[in-house]
Amino acid sequence: MAQQSKTSKWNQIRHAKLFMPIVCLLIVLLLNVIQTPDFFKISMNNGVLYGYLVDIINRGSELVILAVGMTLVTAVSGGQDISVGAVMAVAAAICCQILSGGAVSTNTLAAPIIVAALAGILAAGLCGAFNGFLVAKLNIQPMVATLILFTAGRGIAQLVTKGQITYVRVGSYKVLGGYIGSCPIPTPVFVAILTVIVMQLILKKTALGLYLESVGINGSASRLVGLNSTMLKIIAYIICGLLAGLAGIVASSRIYSADANNIGLNLEMDAILAVALGGNNLGGGKFNLMGSIIGAYTIQALTTSLYAMSVSADQLPVYKAIVVIAIVVLQSPVFQSRISKVTQRKAVGNAA
Amino acid sequence: MQRKMKVNGTVFLLFITIAMFALMYIAGMIIFADKGFAKPQMFLNLFISNAGLLVIACGLTLVMITGGIDISVGSVVALVCMVSADLMENKGFSAVQALLVALLIGIAFGVVQGYLVSYLEIQPFIVTLAGMFFGRGMTAIISTEMISIKNETFLAWANAKIYLPFGYTNKHGMLVKSYIYPTVVVAVLIVIMVAVLLKFTKFGRSLYAIGGNQQSAIMMGLNVKNAKMRAYVLDGFLAGLGGFLFCLNSCAGFVEQAKGLEMDAISAAVIGGTLLSGGVGTVVGTMFGVLIKGTIASLITTQGTLSSWWVRIALSALLCFFIVLQAIIGSTSKKNAKTGEIHKFTKRKKAA
Repeated sequence: MAQQSKTSKWNQIRHAKLFMPIVCLLIVLLLNVIQTPDFFKISMNNGVLYGYLVDIINRGSELVILAVGMTLVTAVSGGQDISVGAVMAVAAAICCQILSGGAVSTNTLAAPIIVAALAGILAAGLCGAFNGFLVAKLNIQPMVATLILFTAGRGIAQLVTKGQITYVRVGSYKVLGGYIGSCPIPTPVFVAILTVIVMQLILKKTALGLYLESVGINGSASRLVGLNSTMLKIIAYIICGLLAGLAGIVASSRIYSADANNIGLNLEMDAILAVALGGNNLGGGKFNLMGSIIGAYTIQALTTSLYAMSVSADQLPVYKAIVVIAIVVLQSPVFQSRISKVTQRKAVGNAA
Repeated sequence: MQRKMKVNGTVFLLFITIAMFALMYIAGMIIFADKGFAKPQMFLNLFISNAGLLVIACGLTLVMITGGIDISVGSVVALVCMVSADLMENKGFSAVQALLVALLIGIAFGVVQGYLVSYLEIQPFIVTLAGMFFGRGMTAIISTEMISIKNETFLAWANAKIYLPFGYTNKHGMLVKSYIYPTVVVAVLIVIMVAVLLKFTKFGRSLYAIGGNQQSAIMMGLNVKNAKMRAYVLDGFLAGLGGFLFCLNSCAGFVEQAKGLEMDAISAAVIGGTLLSGGVGTVVGTMFGVLIKGTIASLITTQGTLSSWWVRIALSALLCFFIVLQAIIGSTSKKNAKTGEIHKFTKRKKAA
């Protein structure tokens, strides 16, 4: 009897929403501890926190911001936005170009940072609206629709920066990607946390989250109930675009420049991976924001540890691609039904 | 009624494509008459520089007719070029062996992706997105440096000019014969073979049936999974072959090669009248799509002052235009079908 209650509790834990993502994160962290024993050591260096963990949380900020947007898009349209990396580049390019006043490199700001940042984020929102229009109004598969900006985006960013890397060598621009004053915690962490809190409030305090899930589960039924599914889809894509813009500006502030070719490179893959790792169904419907966020940190931990094992940035995608395939295969209903058939057969065999 | 509309729609799309190509080319001939745009060689150059793309786009058309998609082709091309270059330059393989390995790589991609898509029913976009990152990463693992090919047999293949019995008369009154490379012959043969395959074989017709309505295809007794799988394998094979043709053109392998080629191939197919939703498409249309892409590229390079990323932006814009056009045609034919049904229903009611 006691054993039974134990197994049922174990089952409860096993089937909890956040079980998979947390286990994945723990596995990655454990591997790291074996690899580098002082993995969890956090020290103060020049008045700022320093260590592997801080690095993961810091570098993972953009990914967390993207993963939030990607989760909403996935939930509502059952597809992913693969243009987020390119949209990041567009936002960064516009922001830096405004700040430098059109010059390649600048030491003085041509416009207030807040104006330039807002312009960049708005442009990204526009990109999101464009994607949303194609998906919601014209019923194009999300990935095909976003493929347009996926390839054109970097071209547009390069047009904005005139094919060069725009540098903004001003101390105040580095704050967003660096540190505020003498605060030991990097600013991107605050940006990520703030984004998550704001989005969580919007989703939980209004009915938006519920509506998005409902449209994702059954679009036509939701429309019959009276939800404007077209508008909801467009809103999700706009939010995704805005967040990609924010991530782009954080990323560009880190390197105080706009590198149209490299900002947000391959991040769309990471964001999709984060959503899948978080236990969200890539086919849409119910979503779990916290799962995606844990997924994002897992991916970043994976990236950082692969870098620590001296895998070059060009080679990283191989490992991530394998992880993605593994996750989608595990998620696939066909695979799951096959597995359950096998286990059932075993159970029957045992009983006999 | 619905069938007639659909046929009209696709014929209309093909007609627009051909008209657009003719218009662009004639405009180019008029504007750049002094730069040799009117010479027959210029037209053949479209085939010469796009032979690989043509083969790849044919493969993609097959997959898109079944309602799927493959965005890994660009990476497969990069991988094939890199592996061929590496094998011939560093491992002492002959050109024929390199060709065989290239085809095997393509087939391997096709088999894995085809299995995941058709038998495990995972979204083709996710699978091939992972394939795309995997291929690009593997290329970087083999070498991050550019490897140029100096194998004699290979260069002999690459530079074997085939002279045609026509040409233009130069200033000295001599006939300069037009020429093509063997790659063009291969590409044109592939186009003809795939066209025959689609039009006259059971396999080709079943692809259309699957793309039109998978459920009815199953009910008709077609082996849908097997046919889909074979489409992906064929697509992978053609990507491998196209990659080798690409390699014959560039004579080198490097990580950034053929970046965004998947976009070119998809847009060529879509511009050529292949529906993204599946069930409709011809390789002849795809060929014109490739030619339009080539014309845009050569117009922009002949013009001289515009930067090369305008090609991609122009192509994305064109793709966007055709997607919207497809959506509009699709929705009108659907509406007609619906009103037709209602009409029948009311008639029947009246009769009763």
